[in-house]
Amino acid sequence: MKRTTNTPLVEMRDISISFGGIKAVDHVTVNLFAGEVVGLLGHNGAGKSTLIKCLSGAYRPDHGQVFIDGQKVTINNPRDARAQNIETIYQTLALADNLNAAANLFLGRELINSAGLLDEAQMEAETRKIMARLNPNFRKFNVPVSALSGGQRQSVAIARAVYFNAKILIMDEPTAALGPQETQMVAELIEELKKQGLGIFLIEHDIHNVMKLCDRASVMKNGQLVGTVDVDKVTDDEILGMIIMGKQSNQGV
Amino acid sequence: MTQDPFTDSNSSKKPQSKISPLTSFLRVTEIDTRLAGMAGALLLIWLGFHYYGLFVNGMGAFLTPRNLWNLSVQTSSIGIMATGMVLVIVTRNIDLSVGALVGVTAMMMGILQVEVLPQYLGLGHPAIWVITVIVGLIAGAIIGALHGWLIAYCRIPAFIVTLGGLLIWRGMAFISAGGKTISPVDQTFALLGGGPYGAIGAWGSWVVGLIACAGVLWMMQSGRAQRVKHDFPLRPMWAEVLLAAIGCGTIIGSVLLVNAYPLPKGIIKAMAAANNTIVPPEGIFISHGFAIPVLILISVGVLMTILLTRTRFGRYVFAIGGNPEAASLAGINTRWMTLKIFSLMGMLAGLAGAVASARLNSATNALGLLDELYVIAAAVIGGTSLAGGVGTIYGAILGALVMQSLQTGMVLIGFDTAIQQIVVGIVLVLAVYLDNLYRSKSK
Ligand SMILES: Nc1ncnc2c1ncn2[C@@H]1O[C@H](COP(=O)(O)OP(=O)(O)OP(=O)(O)O)[C@@H](O)[C@H]1O
Ligand SMILES: [Mg+2]
Repeated sequence: MKRTTNTPLVEMRDISISFGGIKAVDHVTVNLFAGEVVGLLGHNGAGKSTLIKCLSGAYRPDHGQVFIDGQKVTINNPRDARAQNIETIYQTLALADNLNAAANLFLGRELINSAGLLDEAQMEAETRKIMARLNPNFRKFNVPVSALSGGQRQSVAIARAVYFNAKILIMDEPTAALGPQETQMVAELIEELKKQGLGIFLIEHDIHNVMKLCDRASVMKNGQLVGTVDVDKVTDDEILGMIIMGKQSNQGV
Repeated sequence: MTQDPFTDSNSSKKPQSKISPLTSFLRVTEIDTRLAGMAGALLLIWLGFHYYGLFVNGMGAFLTPRNLWNLSVQTSSIGIMATGMVLVIVTRNIDLSVGALVGVTAMMMGILQVEVLPQYLGLGHPAIWVITVIVGLIAGAIIGALHGWLIAYCRIPAFIVTLGGLLIWRGMAFISAGGKTISPVDQTFALLGGGPYGAIGAWGSWVVGLIACAGVLWMMQSGRAQRVKHDFPLRPMWAEVLLAAIGCGTIIGSVLLVNAYPLPKGIIKAMAAANNTIVPPEGIFISHGFAIPVLILISVGVLMTILLTRTRFGRYVFAIGGNPEAASLAGINTRWMTLKIFSLMGMLAGLAGAVASARLNSATNALGLLDELYVIAAAVIGGTSLAGGVGTIYGAILGALVMQSLQTGMVLIGFDTAIQQIVVGIVLVLAVYLDNLYRSKSK
């Protein structure tokens, strides 16, 4: 991991949000440097998705601030997040099932021609290009995404996040539905994006993937941050221990 | 060899053994099977009424230029509103207030052009109809926006807001004129409703028809050019020619049809008298041509189709219908969209109010009564899914034509109102059932 500066690309400071009395995220602070992959780990319901939704603009935190390149920013909605070059792959994929791959990829940012009308052909061509990189077996460009398999849908969601030159990428279990070959391609993609200097938050349950892909890991339990460790300095078992016991090990702080 | 449009040209070379010739024909030509099905159903209904009349009553009155011309005029106001209802239903909402909006906007326009404007401009001033229509459209848009605001920002379900609206605006229509009928409307305004004077004649119809044909050809040509540019699979040339022939054939056929319906003798006499000429004893054949309300419907249909399929606005309508959460995560302001959609629906109801009151040559507080049901039925018969996310403008217009054909047909063959209602009810339920079957098959 290379840190060229000491200012993190993203800092989420002291974030809290609750839903009807349940503290889904409770005073959590995490940060992310350029060219770094930070894993967010924790049991089901720990608050990982809720935390990153405060960064992607889906939720507004009750408490806490977000800093990007050291500047305090207000992210009130997904448009604000996109304006900060934050792209998100949601756990639910957030695809409109009745639209095709190209329409989903460009949703909210459609290409238009000189007459101000949608440039469908151009959008399809761009979609074919990016899908050729991500999932060369993908052929179903002219059907609604409801007709795609789980993995194909996931690759559409990944393509959408990658296409728009993000600076900050949030991936909420991006490989949950993928086969081994496609998972490998996503792993290579993450390495490549990291080299290009993106910062990536990766929510991932598979501990082997975490050890392989992440530079640091932040562990959450019941909405609270258990701790953040350098992945090089801890073993699988120590991280698993943090997830299950909710206690920080002594090493690798 | 046929080519599956869903796969790349160089990919699957597997034998397509189980595909019937019809299926592969439809695939190659990319004919919308739903469109073909609806056109077929419509034709069956028309033939059914015509031959029922012929055999049972001894006279087939349905497939005559006169009846079909009237049918086109009667379809206009429901058709105009059905195009807006598609957007409402696609975004998982409903609007029960459109009939009442027709009533209240027509009443406003009636009072404005009969009691208010002539005082300032003088009776028959050429600006009266323009001001009246603009005010009607704006009034509809404002009322619709109010509904949309209550639905999107106050989170009251659309069903409740527009059910309330139905009662409120119908009541307002009554109060505004104390229950009186306002008539006659401004002479130019009346042309919006059709009638012998509100049609564009033979030459006008040919011009419109030829422009429409040119439009069809241009669209097909530019679509093909786009595919060539991006290396997408092309339709074979024979399929392109066939489609162009069907499109232009339908257009020219309808021009011939409306031109085959002559103006009544009385009107011709009156026209001749106005021009100081005399009608020769054998009479003159002057065609109606397309009625103005039909041209309004067609223009609305074209504009709404462009809006729904070729603009960002339309794309967001479908996205909200398919997955509202995904739409808002993609940065779409779904509440603002809802407000705009209801406002557009209100504006179209205002336009329908203008057409309907012009046709009656008066504004009554019962105008548009039960229209909401016919409009919703038209959209649904036309393939708009009440679950949201699916619908087409042309489908809704065809749906309106189906509804109106049933209505007119049953009147022609002498069914009474009770039977008419029963038949329309059955057709509505059956159409949705068939549509479900079609959808599950095509998956
Ligand atoms: N919109 C919501 N309304 C109410 N409660 C919510 C909402 N979103 C999340 N929660 C609650 O907040 C807690 C954290 O949920 P979250 O989705 O962030 O968990 P997670 O760590 O992503 O879990 P998983 O690994 O299963 O995806 C859970 O108890 C959940 O029930
Ligand atoms: Mg989650």
